[in-house]
Amino acid sequence: MDGYAAPDFANIEEYLDSQLKKSLLRFITCGSVDDGKSTLIGRLLYESKMIFDDQLASLKNESKKFGTQGEEIDFALLVDGLAAEREQGITIDVAYRFFATERRKYIVADTPGHEQYTRNMATGASTADLAIVMIDARKGVLTQTRRHSFIVSLLGIRNVVLCINKMDLVGYDRDVFDKIEADYRAFAADFGFENIQAIPVSALAGDNIVDHSENTPWYDGPPLIEYLDTVEIASDVKDQPFRMPVQWVNRPNLDFRGFAGQILSGSLKPGDGVRALPSGKSSKVARIVTMGGDLDEAVEGQSVTLTLEDEIDVSRGDVLCADKQPAEVSDQFQATMLWMSDSAMLPGRSYVMKIGARECQMQVTEQRYRIDVNTRAHEAAKTLDLNEIGIVNIALDRDVAFDAYQDNRRMGGFIVIDRMTNETVGLGLINFALRRASNIHRQSMDIGKELRASMKGQKPVMLWFTGLSGAGKSTVANLVEKRLAAMGKHTYTLDGDNVRHGLNNDLGFTDADRVENIRRVGEVAKLMLDAGLIVLVSFISPFRAERRIVRQMVEDGEFWEVFVDVPLDVAESRDVKGLYKKARAGEIKNFTGIDSPYEAPTDPEIHIDADRLSPEAAADVVIARLEQAGLIGS
Amino acid sequence: MTTLTHLDRLEAESIHILREVAASMQNPVMMYSIGKDSSVLLHLARKAFYPGPIPFPLLHVDTTWKFKEMIAFRDALNDDPQTELLVHINQEGVEQGIGPFTHGSAVHTDVMKTQGLKQALDKYKFDAAIGGARRDEEKSRAKERIFSFRSAQHRWDPKTQRPELWSLYNARIKPGESVRVFPISNWTELDIWQYIYQENIDLVPLYFAAERPVVERDGIMVMVDDGRLPLEPGEEPMMKKVRFRTLGCYPLTGAVESSASTVTEIIEEMLRTTTSEREGRAIDKDAPASMEMKKQEGYF
Repeated sequence: MDGYAAPDFANIEEYLDSQLKKSLLRFITCGSVDDGKSTLIGRLLYESKMIFDDQLASLKNESKKFGTQGEEIDFALLVDGLAAEREQGITIDVAYRFFATERRKYIVADTPGHEQYTRNMATGASTADLAIVMIDARKGVLTQTRRHSFIVSLLGIRNVVLCINKMDLVGYDRDVFDKIEADYRAFAADFGFENIQAIPVSALAGDNIVDHSENTPWYDGPPLIEYLDTVEIASDVKDQPFRMPVQWVNRPNLDFRGFAGQILSGSLKPGDGVRALPSGKSSKVARIVTMGGDLDEAVEGQSVTLTLEDEIDVSRGDVLCADKQPAEVSDQFQATMLWMSDSAMLPGRSYVMKIGARECQMQVTEQRYRIDVNTRAHEAAKTLDLNEIGIVNIALDRDVAFDAYQDNRRMGGFIVIDRMTNETVGLGLINFALRRASNIHRQSMDIGKELRASMKGQKPVMLWFTGLSGAGKSTVANLVEKRLAAMGKHTYTLDGDNVRHGLNNDLGFTDADRVENIRRVGEVAKLMLDAGLIVLVSFISPFRAERRIVRQMVEDGEFWEVFVDVPLDVAESRDVKGLYKKARAGEIKNFTGIDSPYEAPTDPEIHIDADRLSPEAAADVVIARLEQAGLIGS
Repeated sequence: MTTLTHLDRLEAESIHILREVAASMQNPVMMYSIGKDSSVLLHLARKAFYPGPIPFPLLHVDTTWKFKEMIAFRDALNDDPQTELLVHINQEGVEQGIGPFTHGSAVHTDVMKTQGLKQALDKYKFDAAIGGARRDEEKSRAKERIFSFRSAQHRWDPKTQRPELWSLYNARIKPGESVRVFPISNWTELDIWQYIYQENIDLVPLYFAAERPVVERDGIMVMVDDGRLPLEPGEEPMMKKVRFRTLGCYPLTGAVESSASTVTEIIEEMLRTTTSEREGRAIDKDAPASMEMKKQEGYF
């Protein structure tokens, strides 16, 4: 095979040393179902001798059994790994493949083409330097080609190889090739790709993979492997300043305190000034420590341990930056978000964000719009479903250091984790910080909550009554408030129905609106706590996550969850407002307990068995518990 | 300006992963199989935490059928103050007399290795087990995550694995659940050997060719490592110059005839070779998707 001269075994050590100096290129292959991605990767492995005789033998057996190529070897079977996939004849997940030439080692992310697996494409693209976009010469540019190219561009890949495949099936026709290339360049014009190399190939027949094909004399560009071997991959963070998130504080003894991490961008020498973010404290690098000895310089990509000249407070999650060009710090951003879960992204819900080595709590405060991945049109939408992309505003519970994703892929990307299931449910790319957070400083007040409350002779507390419609929440809350008033306490009740007539009259009953409903009520109740009041909130509030958010808004001990518990059939049989009947008839949508879930509290402060207790007895329980806790004097 | 080679980048990625496990899990452990991949992993762990000690113990699940030289190599680690070595043997399996000859390789591997591993993880309540598996080893591993999520029953479900973006690993689990972490996922067998050569990493001598007593069975050369190997009538151990490409239980590990007695000679042999690494392992031969099934059952 040309280009793969047999190694000079006479001088194995020299040969080995040259082999140690390869560079690494990561790429992703994307295209529609049946464009031939798996066949292409199988072909690359085969041509670079990464397929061994025993694998080839088992491949020949399997080709007969599962293959789609008759007696020919079906290269796709080499890479369609899981048994389930082999039966269905499709790939269902990201697979990583490896091959090497004399010049480079390659890591290939093989991602499936179906619509529902957009998230896998994004996963593969997040670490790739280059994308191979596959097009079936018979079909040309498809909707899916557009979607894949959009995702590739969104995740910051700037090099594209357009593999126009199955040229053998269109008679190696140059006009077909030229037209597809022109179509692709036209629609990809504003994707920000720096290089697009179109190559006419047949992955199955091997045209223009290793050698120039005799079937395409009109093509004077490089064959695929030659192009991959020689394409200049400008590091995606080439001109970016020094950044290193601290993963691990290495403290084996009192004399050594090192900060370990992988350098995301830039370089560093002993003596260079660094700044720790978000704290903003500065120092100078004393040593760059590795097991092989201290380094004079460390560069992008290396995992190192740094010691500093000054004892500044740095912990896991902080980012060490070039002192003169620090990253930005904020707790509010605008970001592009791709949702990867079956349960929709809901504004107001609390999620975990991981960025660099830091985890923090995040909420989407507002979704500005959704982007149609096929047309890139902006659409009005408040939530994101699986595989949808939106532009959102995000608020965190603390400051984090970042750079815009466009400037530095490794400093501006984050993942979103569901707090209940711990699944990775979304990814985000930070566009810019929202200045609101830093410009609207909290006004500090001379008169505080404690003073206001002590003037009223009480302790502020929020009693949060949750339960099904018809459980008796408002009845019990009303009785509790009457008792408190009789004791001379200053109170206020926020009732679900009443608030929906005013403050929240723009909200409906979708999951997203329910989350926002609770967020607003939580904020209002918090202001009332601050005013020193005892606040009673009577809301169905069906989701645990939202009740937990309200709990976290206030100080420990201020939030009392009162679960007014009746079985659904009891609530439904009471049906004071006739709502269950309407819901059962389909006249009311998203009714809690019927076609929208109620998540019962797992550990409420007060659990009232409202099936057994009268409302008066229930109110007695609440008052007694508040007295026991010393929140109201008897 | 320093430019990084592919080995530099692989090393840096692996070190990053090892530090993430140590920092984000409560009670991690490193699976130590004594093989070359484990030796590379151990070397990377020393580098990741230098000058400190490795902040997690090493665990060897001993099936009692390992090569003697492997055990000697393993036990030498006890003299190293930077590492802590734990050895676990499935005592129930020992009491039942489980072995590859009496019960067959499938039962032996399941009881002594897979069940033994689960016992050890439950006994020490490890929430993360770091392993040396590579994606290039076998087809079902090509889709394995770096942080691979396992249920409280240690099961791997290919459909519930979390997407991994950039180098941001989601290590969050609920009580009882665990993760398997594979820091050298992106290395190939050739990368491993090149790295061993570059870093001068110490290996079990079985990797290097020497005269060893073997018998040939079903096309696989088995070394007569001790008196427990039942010889068939007329079977006579022969001295052959052999080495091992992978190491495991000696009756289940095939030797290859070779004269490669140094790392450079091994690499040279590899570059000429036409048989893949797992060919010498009896475990994969049962069914096309056998590794996938074993993984779902909790085999590493």
